[in-house]
Amino acid sequence: MSNKDIEYTTVSEVAGPLMIVDGIKDVAYNEVVKIKTATGEERTGQVLEAFMHKAVVQVFEGTKGLDTNITSARFIGETMKLGVAKDILGRVFDGTGNPIDDAPPIIPEERRDINGNPINPYSREYPSEFIQTGLSTIDGLNTLVRGQKLPIFSGAGLPHNEMAAQIARQAKVLGKAEKFAVVFCAMGITAEEANLFIRDFENTGALERTVMFLNLADDPTIERIILPRMALTCSEYLAFDLGMQVLVILTDLTNYAEALREIAAAREEVPGRRGYPGYMYTDLASIYERAGRIKGKKGSITQIPMLTMPDDDITHPIPDLTGYITEGQIVLNRGLHKKGIYPPVAVLPCLSRLMDRGIGEGRTREDHAGVSNQLYAGYAEGCDLRDLVAIVGEDALSERDRKFLKFADEFEKQFIQQDNHEDRSIVQTLTIGWNLLSILPKAELKKIDEKYISKYHPEK
Amino acid sequence: MTNKSQQGRIIRISGPVIEADNMRGAKMYDVVRVGEENLIGEIIRLNEDNAIIQVYEDTNGLKPGEKVITTGMPLSVELGPGLLTNIYDGIQRPLPDIMKKTGDFIDRGVEAPAIDRKKKWHFKPTVKAGDVIRSCDVLGEVQETTIITHRIIVPPNISGKIIKVEKEGDYTVEDDIAVVSTDKGDIKLQMLQRWPVRMPRPVAKKYDPTLPLVTGQRVIDTFFPVAKGGTAAIPGGFGTGKTVMLHQLAKWSDAQVVVYVGCGERGNEMTDVLREFPELEDPKSGEPLMNRTVLIANTSNMPVAARDASVYTGITIAEYYRDMGYDVALMADSTSRLAEAMREISGRLEEMPGEEGYPAYLASRLAEFYERAGRVKLKCSKDKEGSVSVVGAVSPPGGDFSEPVAQNTLRIVKVFWALDADLADRRHFPSINWLKSYSLYLEEIQTWWKKQIGEEWLKLRTKAMALLQKESELQEIVKLVGPDALPPRERATLESARIIREDFLQQSAFHEVDTFCPGEKQYEMLRIMLKFSDKIMDTVEKNVLVDDIISMKSREHLARMKTVPNKTFEKRFSEMEKDLDKELEELIKKGGGK
Repeated sequence: MSNKDIEYTTVSEVAGPLMIVDGIKDVAYNEVVKIKTATGEERTGQVLEAFMHKAVVQVFEGTKGLDTNITSARFIGETMKLGVAKDILGRVFDGTGNPIDDAPPIIPEERRDINGNPINPYSREYPSEFIQTGLSTIDGLNTLVRGQKLPIFSGAGLPHNEMAAQIARQAKVLGKAEKFAVVFCAMGITAEEANLFIRDFENTGALERTVMFLNLADDPTIERIILPRMALTCSEYLAFDLGMQVLVILTDLTNYAEALREIAAAREEVPGRRGYPGYMYTDLASIYERAGRIKGKKGSITQIPMLTMPDDDITHPIPDLTGYITEGQIVLNRGLHKKGIYPPVAVLPCLSRLMDRGIGEGRTREDHAGVSNQLYAGYAEGCDLRDLVAIVGEDALSERDRKFLKFADEFEKQFIQQDNHEDRSIVQTLTIGWNLLSILPKAELKKIDEKYISKYHPEK
Repeated sequence: MTNKSQQGRIIRISGPVIEADNMRGAKMYDVVRVGEENLIGEIIRLNEDNAIIQVYEDTNGLKPGEKVITTGMPLSVELGPGLLTNIYDGIQRPLPDIMKKTGDFIDRGVEAPAIDRKKKWHFKPTVKAGDVIRSCDVLGEVQETTIITHRIIVPPNISGKIIKVEKEGDYTVEDDIAVVSTDKGDIKLQMLQRWPVRMPRPVAKKYDPTLPLVTGQRVIDTFFPVAKGGTAAIPGGFGTGKTVMLHQLAKWSDAQVVVYVGCGERGNEMTDVLREFPELEDPKSGEPLMNRTVLIANTSNMPVAARDASVYTGITIAEYYRDMGYDVALMADSTSRLAEAMREISGRLEEMPGEEGYPAYLASRLAEFYERAGRVKLKCSKDKEGSVSVVGAVSPPGGDFSEPVAQNTLRIVKVFWALDADLADRRHFPSINWLKSYSLYLEEIQTWWKKQIGEEWLKLRTKAMALLQKESELQEIVKLVGPDALPPRERATLESARIIREDFLQQSAFHEVDTFCPGEKQYEMLRIMLKFSDKIMDTVEKNVLVDDIISMKSREHLARMKTVPNKTFEKRFSEMEKDLDKELEELIKKGGGK
């Protein structure tokens, strides 16, 4: 009799999200476990630690109702897999990969290990195709390219969901008509927030090219560990097998990290910073690094993970470790939000690491890099002067400094600020940039090549 | 030495760490093959019959009861022609070969020899039968790439008399090329040799580093230089430009061979190097930079245990080229990931944690690694030297340098380039904070600068540093009273410091000219800027308004100096210098004595 058919009723311990099964044999590390509770309810788990005759199992749907008497466990002999097929587009799944949209289950063409394998760095294609999101702060200053992972660092109560929905709605590669798909992975967000996305996908007709993986705030926490992995397995299939351009929205990674911490605590592991496990960097990397492009393949995976910084603290382990893995970050700021500026992008700490290869002649425009650097430098200087003004008053400033101060104010009003449905082209964005730069003395535009100043400066 | 293989059995699996029993006789740090798929692992603890093993590959699906076989050999790298231009994973498997075998995603249990066994290299002997040789002596040469001649050296710990040497011709790395008679009998030598990664290759003597590693980066070469054979750390929070800086060093530093280790970092960064280096020209030879580079890539999603190995693999390869008499530079991005890998494994072993969960041996492991750098006298019979310089990035959580990895690193390294998030936010790159950074090599290498570049080097540097220091003090006052309240002399000082900051320290890695700035140009730039600074002082004394000086037309020259082509800068610079002098003179004439 193979292991698959044995129902072990030898559960010896249940603690937190974990369950220990004794007296077993031939259990593999990371193998999937089917659990039947005393009331006959089915649950799914995964082996976290395998011994000769014992296994530590994490239970995705929670351990409530498990007992050490009747509860049985069956080890199915394989690791967690997701069935993929062409008609996965337009479908909605729950945290364990079962469809919840009342449509029949998909007939998988292939069942793939959700942990995936790392992309060989030698096989990667360097991302360099400019994605126009229609948001000036991203296109102009922190350009997104295909195959990039660019997270949004937000705080509770900030409009990061609206912003992500706007990006999903407007994102396009100029001059190309290609197969586009959105994979939406919700980890522990409220039904209301999820509805915002669903409504938006519906309104724009994007629903049939969207795949949704939903684990809402009241769904079992531990499912959040496998959810992004399923979403990314699906994305890899769409991108590298079907050749689609996939945009993956992961929200909210803070909830994911909390789930990770919960398991680590239950296993009594030595905690790292703020109780998060020491391997959180590696674990997050196994999610983020699945973005990218592959040589010779048409498709790509672009990730926009979102996370809420606890207490708006960017040095908190979750945003901190994320920033070390992702290729830049878009940081939202409460002050700007309070001023009524949407999107409230705090320009200075934002970054797109892949920007340099995605902009310039033939991609956006030749003067893009210079304009972007100059806007940054000017705004940084203006912000510094604001602090100064608070102490000495505006009158104490020199003529030059007053110009920078004005520049910073106008920059926020004209460049950062835009409407929720305003889709600016890159040329529009750069034009706004030049108009703002004309507030500053020409001699201060040191970061822009002279030839572009004479070509694009509004006062010729 | 017994290489008898020992077979044990897995009894526990927990992530990358497994425990096996029936392992008595296996040695510490021996490489083992784990499970039916022959995954590669290394023994890291022994307890009577049981061995704890870290596995360098993904352990998903592994079962207790599966076999564990020791190879009886420590983790080693293969050394020989064919290393350059290649890209390896953390345990020296060539990634292009893995791609051929398993496609675009890295599968488990792949075996691929580090060095091509079939390729023939043109070997030219430089010794003859009867010669007495010892370790590190050159047996012959192979043109490995267009810029690097691979010297086939006698492996360490072998010495004797050559009985036979093959004629010039084409050989594979496994063909015998020489036979040496030693006191332990005759030994056949091939081009291929092996060396355990955790053991430094022996040297005769370590010298003091007196030559600078010229990197073409102004803030480094002029302000915080590193020596050939020296060690430097570059800590900074995310987005401060660590990786760009390391790429710049790998591109432009005047080492002959570069080993770049991507340890637990982004996959796209390695792709960037792979894409860019073959196109970039070595400023000296005009050949592609890739021809002097070896890449080791263990990206953050590749198995964690191999992160530790990747750094040792890199430094062993660096030492091997050093033993040929080359100056080698090793970049490790990032050593924090190495430390975190140690922490993860240590946690799985349930060791008593030290600071912030890191194992107590963190400091000694880091020291061991950095101590393998150095400018050394080789063990060969001729008086030859080589060097390994090590630059390690550190990624402190939250950008806070007080954490254990940064602190333990700073205790060992001699150069500290502190990256600053504030500078990065305002796009001041490289964002090396000039007030916090230091270099302990200034004294040792100043002779070289004086002789090769200019007599005044140290003086100019000291003067510029003093100016920047003064600026930071004045800034404190400006914060309280505003710049207009300062007396003209102080405002002039602020202005001069701004020129140094913006026009000298800032350097664009992405500008075709500015990306590399030769020593002579750096020296001239700084000289002209400081001369201008002195003149402003004079001019201000003569009652010229500071605002007039700031809005001088030729002042823009200073900002454009960095983009003047490196080959013709002398002529252009002297024109600029004249313009500046002339306009200042005019100002004095016009406004002086008012």
